Amino acid sequence: MTRLLASSAVALALSLPAAAQDYVPDPNAKPGGNIVITYKDDVATLDPAIGYDWQNWSMIKSLFDGLMDYVPGTTELRPGLAESYEISEDGLTYTFRLRPGVRFHNGREMTAEDVKYSFERVTTPATQSPGAGFFASIKGYDAITDGSATALEGVTVVDPSTISIELSRPDATFLHVMALNFASVVPREAVEAAGDDFGKAPVGTGAFRLADWTLGQRLVFEKNPDYWREGVPYLDTITFEVGQEPIVALLRLQNGEVDVPGDGIPPAKFVEVMADPAQAARVVEGGQLHTGYITLNVTIPPLDNPEVRKAINMAINKERITQIINGRAVAASQPLPPSMPGYTEGFEGFAYDPDAARDLLADAGLADGFETELYVMNTDPNPRIAQAIQQDLAAVGIRASIQSLAQANVIEAGGAGTAPMIWSGGMAWIADFPDPSNFYGPILGCAGAGEGGWNWSKYCNEALDAAATEADSFTDPSAPDRLAKWSEVYMKVMEDAPWVPVFNEQRYTMKSARMGGADALYVDPVSIPVNYDYVYVTE
Amino acid sequence: MAAFLARRLVQSALILLGVSFVTFVLLYALPADPVRQIAGRSATAETVENIRRELGLDRPFIVQYARYLGGLLQGDLGRSYLQKTEVAELIAARLPATLLLMLGAIIAELAIGLTMGIIAALRRGTATDTSLMVASFVGVSAPQFVVGLLLLYVFAVQLQWFPIGGYGTLAHLVLPALTLGILGAGWYSRMMRSSMIDVLRQDYIRTARAKGLARRRIVLRHALPNAILPIIAMIGIDIGIFMGGIVVVESVFGWPGIGQLAWQAIQRVDIPIIMGVTLVSAFAIVLGNLLADLVTPFIDPRIRIR
Repeated sequence: MTRLLASSAVALALSLPAAAQDYVPDPNAKPGGNIVITYKDDVATLDPAIGYDWQNWSMIKSLFDGLMDYVPGTTELRPGLAESYEISEDGLTYTFRLRPGVRFHNGREMTAEDVKYSFERVTTPATQSPGAGFFASIKGYDAITDGSATALEGVTVVDPSTISIELSRPDATFLHVMALNFASVVPREAVEAAGDDFGKAPVGTGAFRLADWTLGQRLVFEKNPDYWREGVPYLDTITFEVGQEPIVALLRLQNGEVDVPGDGIPPAKFVEVMADPAQAARVVEGGQLHTGYITLNVTIPPLDNPEVRKAINMAINKERITQIINGRAVAASQPLPPSMPGYTEGFEGFAYDPDAARDLLADAGLADGFETELYVMNTDPNPRIAQAIQQDLAAVGIRASIQSLAQANVIEAGGAGTAPMIWSGGMAWIADFPDPSNFYGPILGCAGAGEGGWNWSKYCNEALDAAATEADSFTDPSAPDRLAKWSEVYMKVMEDAPWVPVFNEQRYTMKSARMGGADALYVDPVSIPVNYDYVYVTE
Repeated sequence: MAAFLARRLVQSALILLGVSFVTFVLLYALPADPVRQIAGRSATAETVENIRRELGLDRPFIVQYARYLGGLLQGDLGRSYLQKTEVAELIAARLPATLLLMLGAIIAELAIGLTMGIIAALRRGTATDTSLMVASFVGVSAPQFVVGLLLLYVFAVQLQWFPIGGYGTLAHLVLPALTLGILGAGWYSRMMRSSMIDVLRQDYIRTARAKGLARRRIVLRHALPNAILPIIAMIGIDIGIFMGGIVVVESVFGWPGIGQLAWQAIQRVDIPIIMGVTLVSAFAIVLGNLLADLVTPFIDPRIRIR
């Protein structure tokens, strides 16, 4: 225990050199008012251990808090329910001091016992949490997973306001994990009282609490007047109306009935909206931690030949593909998106060069090309993108037939390893947390290459896995040496070319004229579509 | 009568059992793993297996089906995989909206279909007749999502007579009910036309006319009640047609009924919800047909139930 940190500001300064600033509240912000957000699909659940789609992710963020959090509108960590934390020198023990006087929506004060309960709940198999695996570095995880223990050995309540967590291996991403919704602190009595229905009756410490949920119609969040962060949230209530097609939501926004269409601007209307200066002024554009890619299955000949995979990389005209989606993306050169720490600046990747691609194929003994299959999810614009890829491939002699299927079926074929090529659109990777490791393990590492994994290239390079493990044994996630190591890992991945990185999607959030708050809040990297806790209305 | 009812009830139960089995087999054979949908993309292999075990999806097919059936017999439709809520609760919350939509559609199809049929019958052989029958043909053949979007665009977006989708007031109901009812209206107008033509040829109509009754009175008081009889029995069967239509219509208009629930569940491979909605729909269809059979003899005493 070498670095005992008394205040959050010092904690940030020492553990995250790049992130010294916390959020500066907006001086123009006015409290009060209600906003209307629309969605096509009903909200699945608001249980933080279960919810794992981009719709409920930001809603859960506003109802619950974890030990760690992000500075609004950024990818920078800041303490949440933890007032401060310390990390042992070997990087294996994290001790969090809890903020005093934080109360759950039911009025009870939150203690270290609640933190311990919450971590055990999310890792217990009976909870069926999709996020259980994020906690794998906590000591005792394996025992609770296989049912031989009901408590996490590594989690110790030191006193009611201090909790210590021992890891079985150093894990640079651990603080990010503590900021995931899965690590939200929940009150045991409310979970047990609700039984299986906690997701419909959530009780947290967050800025809002659930006031009403009419299944299939609307949810209403109301301001938590006792929220522990000073001055926020600004809004009195948020109404989420579900069952609204994006096109209908846009018409209603134009009519002044909706403040933010949660599903975004429908692709068919994008050009029209952006061509109208009045409407375009209310669209906020930002990057997102997303990469769209084509996976090349390294176990299926002739894609098992790296030269063939490079040729395919050179054959794809990425600029033209971004045009198909009306320029709502930037061409990608590598697996990581530009806004992700560890991104390699200046790396050009494989430039579009069909002649060189043909030469490479000829050298590989495939002068006449070959036949293959390209799997794609069957919703617009993905089939059109697949056709562009098909044409690019045909230009160098590769005859790809398109398999356009429902999302679940494409994921199944990808996991089973039967698909030679997959266009990732509609299923592409968006980071769970802003850390470079999140783009490796599940989708490029050996762990994801097994049956059913999301590594659809089935690419498994053990030397890179070792390098990745080494990079993740740092204690500071943003240490420059660590980010350099990750950059190196992704450059090595590109040498083997198991993917064609195609583009990084940009985010476009449309809002009504009365919505206030910095633009960054509307393209918040961890809260899609907006950071509900900090936005406000001007009338 | 009692014997008929008992026989039909047994038949209905067998039909529902068959539907549950066939649907279960089809969903089981689906080349998409519901556990992967629940587990999401970051789940480790062991998380996936844990979830599979917790849901009992690692058991053999016949065990899974027997369990489902066991629950069903106790009125338990299971829990949604993704929403983690009782399927019965999800359906119950949405059923009133669907029933309201169906009621609206029945009113719409009868009002439009019967009016068109009567006019066509009275103007038989004229251009009015021909154009009404062409219109009814279009109504029967037009895909519902096209009709729905067209009505939405013209009457809600352009003319702004009705709200753009949603639920709550009578104004919200008009367009989706029309969309759902147009198919039946086309169908009924043809039936009404031929039925009316038949009745107008009957002796008692000629007698009425010979007595010097007003044409309006003959049509409304003498001909219509008889011509409408065969149509009433059809309404029960309509429920089956509606069940197919609600998935599309509810999605287009953002109508919070069970069709929308089914559509969302299909996209997410949420098998318990798909099963639940299918069974509720099958139940409604079986019930509708049974009612149609029971009503017929009251309408037409020549038909007797045995």
